[in-house]
Amino acid sequence: MSFDWSLIWDNFPILLQGAVITIQITVMAVGCGFFIGMIAALANLSRFKIIRLLVKCYVELFRGTPLLVQIFMIYFALPMVIGQSINPYVAAVTACSINSGAYVSEIFRAGIQSIDKGQMEAGRSLGLTWAQTMRYIVMPQAFKAIIPPLGNEFIAMMKDTSLVSVIGFEELTRRGQLIIARTYGSFEIWTAVAIIYLVMTLSISQLVAFLERRYNIK
Amino acid sequence: MIKMIDVHKSFGKNEVLKGINLHVERGEVVVIIGPSGSGKSTVLRCMNYLEEPTSGDVIVDGMNLNNKENINNVRAEVGMVFQRFNLFPHMTVLDNITLAPQKIRKSSKADAEKIALELLEKVGLKDKAQAYPEQLSGGQQQRVAIARALAMKPKVMLFDEPTSALDPEMVSEVLDVMKELANEGMTMVVVTHEMGFAKEVGTRVLFVDEGRILEEGTPVDVFEHPKNERTQLFLSKIL
Repeated sequence: MSFDWSLIWDNFPILLQGAVITIQITVMAVGCGFFIGMIAALANLSRFKIIRLLVKCYVELFRGTPLLVQIFMIYFALPMVIGQSINPYVAAVTACSINSGAYVSEIFRAGIQSIDKGQMEAGRSLGLTWAQTMRYIVMPQAFKAIIPPLGNEFIAMMKDTSLVSVIGFEELTRRGQLIIARTYGSFEIWTAVAIIYLVMTLSISQLVAFLERRYNIK
Repeated sequence: MIKMIDVHKSFGKNEVLKGINLHVERGEVVVIIGPSGSGKSTVLRCMNYLEEPTSGDVIVDGMNLNNKENINNVRAEVGMVFQRFNLFPHMTVLDNITLAPQKIRKSSKADAEKIALELLEKVGLKDKAQAYPEQLSGGQQQRVAIARALAMKPKVMLFDEPTSALDPEMVSEVLDVMKELANEGMTMVVVTHEMGFAKEVGTRVLFVDEGRILEEGTPVDVFEHPKNERTQLFLSKIL
């Protein structure tokens, strides 16, 4: 079997465009997921049981079902309920964000819990409110603690975005499929796709390692 | 200054405080002693509602802490020093001290820093303003913690076993700062095992055991003529 390099070179620009879309959707999903997760984690500290219960339901639901199913639910099932079709881009970002938020909220929860209780007590004893103590004292320390697991989530989400190809959304994986449908170059194109993913995830690893050094995480 | 009226506190089924009544006057240095698990730290932590009593009233400077709106106001007036220092590790010493005055008293950064540097000088750590807590020894950290509490210009200072987590050679540097505060007339409530400190600067000593104040009086009364059997037993073990 021969490896046809020209197949890769000819289609490389198309794959790179797909990679850019993969990056876009990943950054948006992780960005939104970050805020959803942070809010969910803070809500989980509420003294109201009903709010904690809602957060728990959210986390269990989106962690306990496949992302693929969630994408189908949002793209195919939700429009039947609301009577309006959903743009695949919106569906893809929404599904990935909500899914990522569930994981990130657990990361935040662990990060907040890892901060000594005495920090909250010291802040409150000075007269700071709960929110001020969270903002100035607990969260900055929790952020540092969660950089490594957050990096993992970023990498996992980048790979998981390949699932949105099933709703015809043309990110990297879908572009690969389309090229192969035209050229039958499975071996060459999947190899190229895999390497592009690898380059992107390794870049994130490097970024996380840089942040860890910068914030001096032991 | 601080009044506690029939304060009870339970953790689950475990009743830790069984009716505490006490009155701390302005300028007093009240030392609370007692065996571990006696509830003495809980008494202190109820004074600024870090622990909310199960029942009873805590009134600080005329403000009843039953009213939730008073809690943050009272805490701003009541400084607290912890056994484990609880400095903020992600901030410099200077930022540790200036955070609360800026956020609560709305002091300008420059004013807050000026006061912080004065306080650091007072506790002998002016050269450590830009250091991070982890670069300091335990005794230095505790002195920063005292400066942090003082920056809010509190009317009362609460000390929760401030020297218990320190290496022996660092105890005196912290006690010296506390003695200086007492001599300046600061109202203080101190939970401690340092009987020498209690004798020297305490105006009143309370012996707490099993959630009750079993004995109180001047240091001479309590240390030299303890009336309660349990006080006698406790003192015989530690003196």
